Amino acid sequence: MENMMDIGLGHYLSVAAILFILGVFGIFLNRRNVIIILMSIELILLAVNINLVAFSVFLHDLVGQVFALFILTVAAAEAAIGLAILVIYFRNRGSIAVEDINLMKG
Amino acid sequence: MILPALAFYLFAAVLVLAGMLVITARNPVHSVLFLILAFFNAAGLFVLIGAEFVAMILVIVYVGAVAVLFLFVVMMLDINFQELRKGFLRYLPAGLAVGAALLAELGLVISGWVYAGPADSVRAAPTPESVGNAQALGDLLYTQYAFIFEASGLVLLVAMIGAIVLTLRSRKGVRRQVIADQLARRREDVVAVVKVQTGEGV
Repeated sequence: MENMMDIGLGHYLSVAAILFILGVFGIFLNRRNVIIILMSIELILLAVNINLVAFSVFLHDLVGQVFALFILTVAAAEAAIGLAILVIYFRNRGSIAVEDINLMKG
Repeated sequence: MILPALAFYLFAAVLVLAGMLVITARNPVHSVLFLILAFFNAAGLFVLIGAEFVAMILVIVYVGAVAVLFLFVVMMLDINFQELRKGFLRYLPAGLAVGAALLAELGLVISGWVYAGPADSVRAAPTPESVGNAQALGDLLYTQYAFIFEASGLVLLVAMIGAIVLTLRSRKGVRRQVIADQLARRREDVVAVVKVQTGEGV
């Protein structure tokens, strides 16, 4: 009980690990739906951010939080571009099912 | 001592639950809403651990921008989402297998890792004791990481331009008002006075 109530780095790492696995699991589970796949990627990036911030705080090194901010930036850019591609794909093809996206297969 | 621990367990439990609902919800709109819930709880965890600035940025950027973007796209696209859920059960075993393997690996890592001895002496930017989190981050971000900070600004700019270029379209057959043409119209070009004789057409 003493260990349970003393929140340390391991607790945060566990939460981040579970969230990361949920993200990967979501990609497999929703293989046909690109929107949910993008949301799963956001979950994975959130898990990575939790890891970085937890290490940053427990090791007393601010660089982890700086890095988390940059990851946030890249995640926002990725979401914007991904959703833009999704919108024009839907406009051209009328579908966003992953298995229909095979024009470049040759 | 017990209150932060309880808050941690509350935030962590809701975070994991929301994450689970994001990937299993039937309606993608619900998925996005659970994603927002997950972001809020992650921000709560960050506040709890003492990283207030990242927590606020998480709420502003993720909830305010990214999640709303998702919401817009989900609501604007006219998609039969039931059709997209067809393979749900077929991919369940593979997903569970990969998830279990990852969980085992991460469990081994989390249970087995130890502090490296010299880790304390190689900090890149030790957290200052006297200033707050936001000020400390700002001091670091605008000095030591200024170039990377500007590069991330460029990344956002490129993403913005890319999104606009991708989604902008010129539709054919749309009649728009052309003010220059309207102003250039002269009376003698468009109006003709015709004397019509009785009993005859124009």
